[in-house]
Amino acid sequence: MKPLYRVYEAGQLADRIFQIWVEAPHVARHALAGQFLVIRIDEKGERIPLTVSSVEGDLVRVIFMAVGKTTNQLSDLKAGDLIRDVAGPLGRPSEMGQYGTCVVVGGGAGIASCPIIARAAREAGNHVVGIIGARNAGFLILEDEMRDACHELLVATDDGSRGFHGFAADVLKQVIEQQQVDCVWIIGPAIMMKVTSEVTRPKGIRTFVSLNPIMVDGTGMCGSCRVQVGGETKFACVDGPEFDAHLVDFDLLMQRQRTYFDEEKVSLERYHEHACRCGEGSYHG
Amino acid sequence: MGERPVRERLCDFLEVDCGLSPDEAVAEAERCLQCKKPSCVKGCPVEIDIPAFIARIADRDFSAAARIIKDDNLLPAVCGRVCPQEVQCEGECILGVKDSPVRIGALERFAADYEREQGFVVPPLAGPTGKLVAIVGSGPAGLTAAAELARAGHSVTVFESLHEAGGVLMYGIPAFRLPKDVVQAEIDQLRKMGVEIRTNHLAGASVPVPELLAYDAVFIGTGAGLPFFMNIPGEQLNGVYSANEFLTRVNLMHAERFPEYDTPVRHAGRVVVVGGGNVAMDAARVARRLGARVTLVYRRREEDLPARRAEVVRAREEGVEFALCANPVRVLGTNFVTGVECVRMEMCEIDESGRPEPTPVGGSNFVIDADMVIQAIGQGPNPLLIRKLGGIRYGRKGNIVVDEEGRSSLDRVYAAGDVATGAATVILAMGGAKKAARAIDRMLRDDRKGH
Ligand SMILES: Cc1cc2nc3c(=O)[nH]c(=O)nc-3n(C[C@H](O)[C@H](O)[C@H](O)COP(=O)(O)OP(=O)(O)OC[C@H]3O[C@@H](n4cnc5c(N)ncnc54)[C@H](O)[C@@H]3O)c2cc1C
Ligand SMILES: Cc1cc2nc3c(=O)[nH]c(=O)nc-3n(C[C@H](O)[C@H](O)[C@H](O)COP(=O)(O)OP(=O)(O)OC[C@H]3O[C@@H](n4cnc5c(N)ncnc54)[C@H](O)[C@@H]3O)c2cc1C
Ligand code: SF4
Ligand code: SF4
Ligand code: FES
Repeated sequence: MKPLYRVYEAGQLADRIFQIWVEAPHVARHALAGQFLVIRIDEKGERIPLTVSSVEGDLVRVIFMAVGKTTNQLSDLKAGDLIRDVAGPLGRPSEMGQYGTCVVVGGGAGIASCPIIARAAREAGNHVVGIIGARNAGFLILEDEMRDACHELLVATDDGSRGFHGFAADVLKQVIEQQQVDCVWIIGPAIMMKVTSEVTRPKGIRTFVSLNPIMVDGTGMCGSCRVQVGGETKFACVDGPEFDAHLVDFDLLMQRQRTYFDEEKVSLERYHEHACRCGEGSYHG
Repeated sequence: MGERPVRERLCDFLEVDCGLSPDEAVAEAERCLQCKKPSCVKGCPVEIDIPAFIARIADRDFSAAARIIKDDNLLPAVCGRVCPQEVQCEGECILGVKDSPVRIGALERFAADYEREQGFVVPPLAGPTGKLVAIVGSGPAGLTAAAELARAGHSVTVFESLHEAGGVLMYGIPAFRLPKDVVQAEIDQLRKMGVEIRTNHLAGASVPVPELLAYDAVFIGTGAGLPFFMNIPGEQLNGVYSANEFLTRVNLMHAERFPEYDTPVRHAGRVVVVGGGNVAMDAARVARRLGARVTLVYRRREEDLPARRAEVVRAREEGVEFALCANPVRVLGTNFVTGVECVRMEMCEIDESGRPEPTPVGGSNFVIDADMVIQAIGQGPNPLLIRKLGGIRYGRKGNIVVDEEGRSSLDRVYAAGDVATGAATVILAMGGAKKAARAIDRMLRDDRKGH
């Protein structure tokens, strides 16, 4: 009676980073760059938001880093497994336009959101430069896809194991010194978005970031996702998730992300214990 | 059978009010005078034939009683529990003048519970009309409209953005007032009538507006789920919740059973709830069950509390403390909440609502220690779909403007419930939905004649 969503394909992309293609026509048919969905794996599961990373027919791809209980459980799913709930597409699509030259910067698991935005920016008639960065080569994802989506792609790793030795922010700085840049997207961990968006502030370049506060419903009903943008309270799930980077209070975002720090630890430890005892990834009660 | 003792009920989320036994129900039914001009019926927004169903209970024909109620009210097990009867049917009962009124709500609940335990009989449906109706939202308004229209033979699809149908009945009102299996049974009945409920479908996104408008008629029952915040300093601190978030985490996601269920809720020793309505009482009583010491802060006086009297009494019994004539001015803390600074309020001139206007008393500030603050100061219609429905007329508060029969300014688009009235009650949402459903049915039938 109730809908279930089938995992079509699942696999690992890099250290702790996984992808899942799930059959969810109501999301796949209408999702645009910048939107997300909410997944609840089973009856006891939490609703977690994940960016729509790509669509093909009735399939949606999500790419995620296994950080806590739910993303670890998700990383244990195999093709053919069923997901209880998939809701979406949620949030406003990226504000796309003919800006001129756009730079799409992705950090870590945030790179997941980049190709779809890069493709949309290119289709809108922009010259698109991609920058992807990760801690080291082992964490780097979607390099080929980004190369394909962008006119130029620059790669950076913190330890120099691949591409430029340094942060994505350093690469972005070079790019805006060398050419006229009209619009920038920065997607990654909150601290990375905070630091990287400082690069574009002096020149006043239009810069979007995609915020990732803790969400529950994802439809504007609970206020868990509230963030401060330009001194105003916004609900990231319906007013965002993309906002003007130069107006966002990142410190507050990071503070609120830590609300359930202790509970998240308990939940993950419990999952690992169960996973070991059953000898398999799935957890039943 | 009365109420469960306080000590027991603070340990679980099971229903507080145990309902009537058959003998108690019959005895209560026999008190009814079977008035020729029953004033109680006028007090019921959907005009249930109250003396008639009570007479069946007195005759011990409980199923017949349930059928009579269901002619006018699809969700009697819900309304019998949550209707503000004291100001509706029971408030008008003639016996109330000298004695206590007939306990109409309790009797309604009794008949409905009896019928559910016997197993529902699916009501007969009219022959299929071939007309497609989209219903947005599965709260009491959406469920009522769906049932009416399915009964009339139309093909009905309900879109619900959450993973469960039921609206506030599932995510807002706690199980100790409204057990979730009661709500589920009503929804299952709808499914048996052939209504398709598509959960996880956000109208305006999973179902874009043009797809929605391609149906022969659209009914919007998206409620008033957008929580208001007070806009005072400190509101962004960790541990400040809207009542919607707090109640959703517990009622819908079962955070009280974390880590068995994955969704957490903050573990608080001291909770401040702001507000004085049903939502505030529910939040306070849930917080008590999670083990916290709870203070409810309300800016007016005891007699002004908008919550149902019985729920205020129960909240008190359960140890909720009341700080009345007080208003928060600031939430204190660095990362997490540590307290709430309030100011005393004085009751001054009567305002438009006929109640005295509360005004802050200078220099009266005081602090209540707290590690969680829950704001239950009201909510408005969610603008998400409304803004996408180009040209639909909506009011200053974001509510869809409709006529008496639920017609909006857009052709074939109807609305009822909280999205049209602003936050109100279950029975008003159902009453409005029923009128709209009848108007939709008439329109669709006229269509067919026209062809
Ligand atoms: C709009 C949006 C899009 C996102 N897209 C992606 C994505 O494409 N790939 C990806 O790897 N991550 C994405 N995230 C973050 C992802 O939702 C969290 O990593 C995930 O919820 C962690 O759940 P968990 O149980 O595994 O970890 P937990 O142990 O619960 O938490 C680990 C971290 O995740 C955060 N978190 C926990 N619960 C939630 C929640 N319900 N909502 C949001 N954050 C939460 C916590 O603040 C904490 O920092 C996105 C977040 C948002 C808001
Ligand atoms: C905590 C609480 C306690 C209450 N207690 C009482 C009480 O004791 N007695 C009483 O009579 N009333 C009470 N009320 C009020 C009562 O619950 C509401 O008046 C009633 O539920 C309104 O019904 P509705 O169908 O209009 O909306 P809702 O019940 O709010 O349902 C709306 C539904 O629409 C869904 N939705 C919204 N937007 C979309 C979209 N774009 N696409 C798809 N789905 C969408 C929502 O997820 C929701 O499920 C209480 C309310 C709350 C919050
Ligand atoms: S629906 Fe509500 S108001 Fe009407 S009779 Fe039942 S309890 Fe009373
Ligand atoms: S007003 Fe009271 S006594 Fe008269 S019919 Fe109604 S319930 Fe019975
Ligand atoms: S997640 Fe609930 S309002 Fe945004």
